Amino acid sequence: MRIVPFDVPGHKRGRGNPELVRLLGEQCVGLDINSMKPLDNLCHPVSVIRDAEILAAEAFGAAHCFLMVGGTTSSIQSMILSVLKSKDKIILPRNVHRSVINSLILCGAHPVYVNPEVDPRLGIPLGMRLDQVRQAIIKNPDAKAVLVNNPTYYGICSDLRSIVALAHSYGMLVLVDEAHGTHFYFGDNLPVSAMEAGADMAAVSMHKSGGSLTQSSFLLLRQPEREGYVRQIINLTQTTSGSYLLLASLDISRRNLALRGKTEFKRVIDLAEYARCEINGIGGYYAYSRERINGDSIFDFDVTKLSVHTLDIGLAGIEVYDLLRDEYDIQIEFGDFGNILAYISIGDRKQEVERLVGALSEIRRRYRKDKSGMLSQEYLAPKIAVTPQEAFYAPKESLPLGDTQGRICSEFVMCYPPGIPILAPGEEITPDILEYIRYAKEKGCSLTGPEDPDIGRLNVLK
Amino acid sequence: MELWFSEGHTPNTKLSIKVDRQLYTCQSDFQRIDVFECKDFGRFLVLDGYMMLTERDEFIYHEMITHVPMAVHPNVENVLIIGAGDGGVIRELALYPEIRRMDMVEIDPLVIEVCREYLPQTACRLSDPRLTIYIEDGLRFIRTKENAYDLIIVDSTDPFGPGEGLFTREFYGNCFKALKDDGIMVNQHESPFYEEDARACQRAHKRIVESFPISKVYQVHIPTYPSGHWLFGFASKKYHPIHDLDATAWNLRGIKTRYYNSRLHTGSFALPSYVEELLKDVE
Repeated sequence: MRIVPFDVPGHKRGRGNPELVRLLGEQCVGLDINSMKPLDNLCHPVSVIRDAEILAAEAFGAAHCFLMVGGTTSSIQSMILSVLKSKDKIILPRNVHRSVINSLILCGAHPVYVNPEVDPRLGIPLGMRLDQVRQAIIKNPDAKAVLVNNPTYYGICSDLRSIVALAHSYGMLVLVDEAHGTHFYFGDNLPVSAMEAGADMAAVSMHKSGGSLTQSSFLLLRQPEREGYVRQIINLTQTTSGSYLLLASLDISRRNLALRGKTEFKRVIDLAEYARCEINGIGGYYAYSRERINGDSIFDFDVTKLSVHTLDIGLAGIEVYDLLRDEYDIQIEFGDFGNILAYISIGDRKQEVERLVGALSEIRRRYRKDKSGMLSQEYLAPKIAVTPQEAFYAPKESLPLGDTQGRICSEFVMCYPPGIPILAPGEEITPDILEYIRYAKEKGCSLTGPEDPDIGRLNVLK
Repeated sequence: MELWFSEGHTPNTKLSIKVDRQLYTCQSDFQRIDVFECKDFGRFLVLDGYMMLTERDEFIYHEMITHVPMAVHPNVENVLIIGAGDGGVIRELALYPEIRRMDMVEIDPLVIEVCREYLPQTACRLSDPRLTIYIEDGLRFIRTKENAYDLIIVDSTDPFGPGEGLFTREFYGNCFKALKDDGIMVNQHESPFYEEDARACQRAHKRIVESFPISKVYQVHIPTYPSGHWLFGFASKKYHPIHDLDATAWNLRGIKTRYYNSRLHTGSFALPSYVEELLKDVE
């Protein structure tokens, strides 16, 4: 059927922008269309988008699934804004993605942080211990919700089932950041998914392990009666021109996972296991896995995550990350002080894994050095002074980084990726944090967050 | 009936050969494998649509990738051959009695099988008792080898498809590590002529230069390869391909060749100016 377009987008199937067609191809620009009756409307889905939502909810075992086009950031923000109002409390680990704390700035809720344990050998923040969550709940019985990372960027999972049971017994909702856990819904021998564990909502990055286009995401909901309200919350910040490229990519990826997810993720797991085995065979590197499980702060481990500890060859993770890209044309997901993460997914093949392993072995041969003087701690427990919203909007002044010790920061500082704040608005700037920032700069981490792009100055409360 | 095999050398230029009959076709785990027979070139092997060798001109490739390093290194005992499932390199190496061990690493076992069956001209020495065949990714095989070989011959396909990993810096670095202190690596180095091939050739050269103290390039003329003008790389830890050539010693061996000779050996390192420039750009 040929429809004559007298609506937006103005490129009119690409005719008005031939360069764009050359860049993206006819099929791609032809899919870039606007909401219309036959194609439904993301803000109020009643037909084809609704069908896609129902199919996705079924695939993920949720009562409802929202198709999201503002990244998993938008899923997380909508999830939090739908359960918290100003001054409400939420219990959460501090090693959350910036989007979580951003949501608290937006709604004015108060965070109650559970400080994650840090693995003494790897330096990475772990999951929340059940006992810590219980204490936080008992101390804050008025909290509305508990938020859990499932898994963390490094693949670490908390005891989600028990946390859900505990929170529910105190009448609190459980929200799950599942940005790195889409595959949990489809693969065998993977950690439990949020919906299966009985959590109330989950933000799922389909564009990460699910294979859809960047910026597309799912928000899962377990209670059907909240659908209408959650939709209203989503519509507070979501575009009214949802991209059909993103929506179509979500739907077709959901289909792929539902049909082939199980076998595909089996292959991904086998590839990751193979890579781990080979990398550990090189010597010096430690590609960790289930052996780190301790029944509590590492309740489970996502074996598709190829996290490798690099400090024993005398190189920071970020240095290995840079060497892989600059010297070996290999782009990995992130490198921090002591670890790298290579993202293994449904798009990987053995030959690429061989290249990665070959390059790591070469990096060890050519660049290894003494490891003295290297920082390993990826996480510093924050000192909270005021809530994120209060700090963000408070009267502030800009100071050179060196003069900020002891002051309260009004903005974020983080390495991106992974995007977990070193400092969030309302937290005190300690000597350890200043040292962390200095070291991160020296090692070449991409620091983001502050108004000053060079991170030479920070905004602090007056 | 007219049946033609065509290979695009660029999007706008192709080489076509009239096929008498197709002897074999199959999709392996890695690539599509075809063997054809034709009037001018005899039988020929095609992988993923790319011409690998013909009976008529394969001697050029196999003699030049083998005898050049063998005439330079004074005592080759252990050789690693990456790729080379057709057996042509092994056939040439088998002429040297001082070689004690040949390890051949081919990723696709079906290529070896098909060549044994349909291309005995190149596969004829694959049963040499000094030869061990490993069915493995070359990049993986070499990772664990250190100070083990006098000579490595990289007889790879093009830098796309299964051969891609053999054009990488990590591979050349691992070759360096796997070679003894006076070891030599020779590799299939693509063509300098068509733009895309020339870029692949530059990339390979850049990465080899970064990995080896001596890195030279020599040329051959192969009628059925794109542009007919092809290059090999000679990378070495110690021996220079011309200064360390012992022509007398090689000639005394009495090896009968149809393309290689020790005068051509030296001459093949003299490159056209545009090729010299192309390589210098990335050194």
